[in-house]
Amino acid sequence: MIPEIGHFALILALCVALVQGILPIYGAAVGNSGLMAVAKPAARTQFLLVLTAFGCLAYAFADKDFSVLYVAATSNSQLPLHYRLAAIWGAHEGSLLLWTFILTIWMFAVTLFSGHLPEATRSRILGVMGLVSVGFLLFMLTVSNPFERLIPAAAEGRDLNPLLQDPGMVIHPPMLYMGYVGFSVAFAFAIAALLGGNLDAAWARWSRPWTTVAWCFLTVGIAMGSGWAYYELGWGGWWFWDPVENASFMPWLAGTALVHSLAVTDKRGGFKVWTVLLAIMAFSLSLLGTFLVRSGVLTSVHAFATDPKRGLFILVFLAIVIGGSLALYAWRAPKVGLGGSFAMLSREGMLLANNVLLVAAMGSVLLGTLYPLFLDALDLGKISVGPPYFDSVFVPLMVPAIFLMGIGPLAQWKKASVPDLAKRLKWAFGVSLVSALTLPFVLGNWTPLLSLGLLLAIWIVTTSAVGLRERLAHVNGNSLVERLASVPRSYWGMLVAHCGIAVFIVGVTMVKGFETEKDVRMNVGETATIGDYMFRFDGTQDVVGPNYTAARGTFHVSRDGRETTVLYPEKRRYPVQNQIMTEAAIDPGLLRDLYVSLGEPIDDGAWSVRLYHKPFIDWIWGGCFIMALGGALAISDRRYRLAWRKQEPAVPAPTRAARRKVA
Amino acid sequence: MKPRHKRFAFIGLGLLVLGVATVLILNAFQSNLVFFFTPTQVVSGEAPHGRSFRIGGMVEDGSLVRESDGLTVHFIVTDTAKRLPVTYKGILPDLFKEGKGAVAQGQLGVDGTFLASEVLAKHDENYMPPEVADALAKAKASGAQQSKSLVVPDGRKGSL
Repeated sequence: MIPEIGHFALILALCVALVQGILPIYGAAVGNSGLMAVAKPAARTQFLLVLTAFGCLAYAFADKDFSVLYVAATSNSQLPLHYRLAAIWGAHEGSLLLWTFILTIWMFAVTLFSGHLPEATRSRILGVMGLVSVGFLLFMLTVSNPFERLIPAAAEGRDLNPLLQDPGMVIHPPMLYMGYVGFSVAFAFAIAALLGGNLDAAWARWSRPWTTVAWCFLTVGIAMGSGWAYYELGWGGWWFWDPVENASFMPWLAGTALVHSLAVTDKRGGFKVWTVLLAIMAFSLSLLGTFLVRSGVLTSVHAFATDPKRGLFILVFLAIVIGGSLALYAWRAPKVGLGGSFAMLSREGMLLANNVLLVAAMGSVLLGTLYPLFLDALDLGKISVGPPYFDSVFVPLMVPAIFLMGIGPLAQWKKASVPDLAKRLKWAFGVSLVSALTLPFVLGNWTPLLSLGLLLAIWIVTTSAVGLRERLAHVNGNSLVERLASVPRSYWGMLVAHCGIAVFIVGVTMVKGFETEKDVRMNVGETATIGDYMFRFDGTQDVVGPNYTAARGTFHVSRDGRETTVLYPEKRRYPVQNQIMTEAAIDPGLLRDLYVSLGEPIDDGAWSVRLYHKPFIDWIWGGCFIMALGGALAISDRRYRLAWRKQEPAVPAPTRAARRKVA
Repeated sequence: MKPRHKRFAFIGLGLLVLGVATVLILNAFQSNLVFFFTPTQVVSGEAPHGRSFRIGGMVEDGSLVRESDGLTVHFIVTDTAKRLPVTYKGILPDLFKEGKGAVAQGQLGVDGTFLASEVLAKHDENYMPPEVADALAKAKASGAQQSKSLVVPDGRKGSL
């Protein structure tokens, strides 16, 4: 009964989405405020309906209802409750429901925080989001229904892929989807502006916080996926340039470019046409990512669907959304206008260069990801594009972008002068250069890439410091604390996010430069040394988990004769799918991770073992979280809070509390 | 500079950057493509020497031999028509099993052995890498000896 309620709720949601997608947009076109007023209640109703469907699926999982095909395929009665709930998005159908659910959450948020928007704009935004939602609901109801029954019911479920039975899996997909789908708001703003033909600085100011929030979620989502790969796959790598990773990274690159070009549109009214194009691009890439990952075109833990109808549906949907919005763009963009002029050497110019570089990087990733698929589809042979390609393209493109990142925030709008910039930045440059050249010697290993990485990281930090100092000199206040407090939060946000990049670069550089790894055969009682650490293998024991059995190894790690830690890596066997899983043991630290994973048993209790010493690796994810924190700081800026407060008397108290949380 | 000149300089610089980026990308792309060959193609000498490529097929039952160091392994990859010996030093992935599909990347040794630098088998037990399925289909289509019957796995639904 419950699954049928869920199914019915989805059908109703589709009807509501159709109304929401058609009436308000038509109303805005003809100026009928009665039709426009439909948008808000429709979006909220749709949210409630999809929430109901989501709740029904969650109930089916919690209740172990194996008469639902999807539940039977992705869970098992032995599976603990939290993983049963995470299994909602453990495969194709449910993750689409999650996608749609998150889309309606964003819609609901738009209805809450759009009181200050003109009614026509709001109706168009919600209308466009409604149309996107129509596509997804239609997809679920026609070819990918999560509530499909299995008759007769299975006695036992097929279990969730053991790789996905992990706390990271519980949070990573919702975070990533919040980011993906969040770009739909920026996209809807852009389409609304094209439809209405009025694209001004106010438009950019409204869509900026939405874009930044989506970008923050995406950043965190990608970082968590990378962390998951690091500790769950047992290979110690954090980024593989796997097509699935690229699928999430491309929208991030486009989104990062969008965040920056929105800043120019907001502050200077420039880059209008370009900003709109980027907004379309970011969301299209999110859709493309969903398509690549969920259609079965790519093969990985993420790809489940093998039904060609699904692939075709997504492809058609993709063609309509991307093709339609680009056609609209081509038709309406000339009306939008280019915005003010500026000199090549100015903050606008540098932001433009940053945008071009980011988009070029995105294009290169796109090429490396799609080209093998095209060849395969045309039956021209099978190839793969490995990490060396991405490494050799990505680094040269990002180096100038990061160099400009240091100068850009200090350059004046409209026109900057080289001698002035050189004067202000000479100390920062000197300090970065000298420390980048000498630090590797202190650490005991000089390579050009190591110096380059450190140079860029220190350059970001020192230029940020120069920027902050100049800023402090210009604000009012007597004491330093007072002056620090009067620096706007959006400025802090930028500094923090940029420093996050610096932290990230330090992490990548140090790991690449100083990591050590060893595959060894270890007998019981034998030791192996890696870095300054000595690992002693004390054999394995059999342990029994809730839905697996495992051999658990014991490793005593010591440094200079003193015990550092004891690590317990496991080799698990999940009987339901008869799958073997390596569960690495990690001793994390600010300056280094120690990583042990078991290979295979050999004889007499000996095992092949993989040992890693990874300096600074946690800085990689730390940097990502700092970037996201910077984004959060930026949207808590006073001017956005003011914009929301202005509308406050009109809305009831509970939503006000919710708003404060977001702010 | 006149505004018009300025705009030209602008566009010129933009095109220059894009051009450099394109050259860089395509160059890196050319030199980093990894091609895929079936065991039949490798044995008949179609695969390049001195360049890394990928092979795929089924790991032959009973062919896995481990050297005493516990790390170096030898096994045979087959597309049912031809057999290709593979040597790999390192820890095999969890899903590597005899009788299952596997993909390996590496170079061809002088004695015709494939020296793998990487072995990929990262999917669930019902999963067959598409390259492997393809290689098997090709070998079958060419009418070569079909001594073994292969079970092509069903999708998830079928095996419930």
